[in-house]
Amino acid sequence: MSALLRVARLARAFGGVRAVDGASFEVRPGEVHGLIGPNGAGKTTVLNLVSGLTRPTSGEITLDGRDIAGLPPHRIAALGVARTFQSIRLFPDLSAEDNVVVGEHQTRHPSLLARLLRLPSAAAEERAATEQARALLERVGLRSRSRVPARNLSYGEQRRVEIARALGLSPRLLLLDEPTAGMNPVEAEAVADLIRELAREGHAVLLVEHNVRLVMESCHAVTVLAFGQVIADGPPAAVARDRAVVAAYLGRARG
Amino acid sequence: MGSYLADLYATYQSTLGYVGLNALFALSVYATLACGQLALGNAGFAAVGAYAAALVTLKAHGPFGLALLAGTLLPAALAVPLGLPVLRLKGVFLAIATLGFGEVVRIGLVNWEYVNGAQGLVAIPQLTSLPLIYLVLGVALYALARLRGSKWGFALEAIREDEPAARTLGIPTHRYKLAMLVLGAALAGVAGALEAHFTFMVAPNGFSFLRAVDMLVFAVVGGTLTCLGPALGAAFLTLLPEILRELSPLVGLEPGPLRLMANGLILLAVILFLPDGLASLPRRLRAARAQRIAA
Repeated sequence: MSALLRVARLARAFGGVRAVDGASFEVRPGEVHGLIGPNGAGKTTVLNLVSGLTRPTSGEITLDGRDIAGLPPHRIAALGVARTFQSIRLFPDLSAEDNVVVGEHQTRHPSLLARLLRLPSAAAEERAATEQARALLERVGLRSRSRVPARNLSYGEQRRVEIARALGLSPRLLLLDEPTAGMNPVEAEAVADLIRELAREGHAVLLVEHNVRLVMESCHAVTVLAFGQVIADGPPAAVARDRAVVAAYLGRARG
Repeated sequence: MGSYLADLYATYQSTLGYVGLNALFALSVYATLACGQLALGNAGFAAVGAYAAALVTLKAHGPFGLALLAGTLLPAALAVPLGLPVLRLKGVFLAIATLGFGEVVRIGLVNWEYVNGAQGLVAIPQLTSLPLIYLVLGVALYALARLRGSKWGFALEAIREDEPAARTLGIPTHRYKLAMLVLGAALAGVAGALEAHFTFMVAPNGFSFLRAVDMLVFAVVGGTLTCLGPALGAAFLTLLPEILRELSPLVGLEPGPLRLMANGLILLAVILFLPDGLASLPRRLRAARAQRIAA
């Protein structure tokens, strides 16, 4: 299948630091694509560039053949790109389900007049939005926590609400920034299962992750970044044996 | 008994009118605060609304309905070209730029001879009644309350909490911020138009930057988590001088300075001890009682 997301010679400099330095890779629908590399390699910057929070210095980002480089984030989201954040960014005072309802902003089309006049159609539309939010929370195993304010959820639960909120956009491409950070192994395994399931349903997933086992077991392809450049690209097993990758993670053997 | 009530009404008509008007002014600041924007151009918008409406009735002898419409729509329309550039600013820079707009309006009016410059317009027909003020306030409160929990209400809350995150969720944050600036300008404008026809006169100095600060203080003292807070804060701070007037002989201070001191102390106390405003007091008391029972 042809690529959904195509990144070519992408670069972003912050002052003199080239955080991303000519990176190219592709993500296909139905594929979990790992983006790994040592700390400071530019992984989160790549996600910020693809989601529009940061504008590229140069290079191309295309979604389904359409140039999205430099578009504002809400336009990119409207084209079907959703993300989660490494540092959780839920709305702490809203309940879990209301957080997910916020994520449905693009897919809902209520009428302001109906809302002001308290027409039954407005109430029905809102019920449908809440029902969808609860269904998405069910997928991440949090249906019973729907009404709990986000700030009162555990760290792992908050990460899963963020995934549900991203799914509220009905995205084609899902950008996950360390979705299992801070989770216990059982929680992490559940999230890994969910990620694989989302890919089977046809979503494209770009996954930044430090949990090596999760990357090896879940990813169809892996791109390795170091100092903003792609140093390896391919199936996980091949990448793991790559000398440049081993050197980047562990340092080069003397001799 | 009946005549006593009539006397009371006559005595306090002006105060009651100002409770409603100030509540509208406070809501006009709340509109932008609801999406996290500190915009302080509302004295300017109120001036535009007041003068536009007064010109319709006083100079053109037009109907009052048309005056109110002009007083609402003209400031709202002005908010668009103002908002497009200044809403790119954040925090205190937005506050400064919008305060600047208010001062431009005020100084413009001082130097506009057709409207009598600094003296302002007088003998504006008294067409605003108390029920009309409270009708407009009621409609504004109802509409703002209905936003809560709706798609737009959630979007505003998301923008206030974390604007970049809101943008990645597909929320066109610039459009929302502009819409709320326009709504705030319309509310300030209609309140200004009503005020002009309540007090018979308008003058540029009534719309100074102190007025914009007053509106903000109403909103902050009342609390900005819901739209009831600003209305409550406006009512409280507008009625306070009436109480202080009775108190002033007891403490041996003139009512004027006493009012300013009381306002300052109340603002300080609210910011320190009730950051969510007076409107959050019942909830806080309930929580405190629940804690006492638990302990």
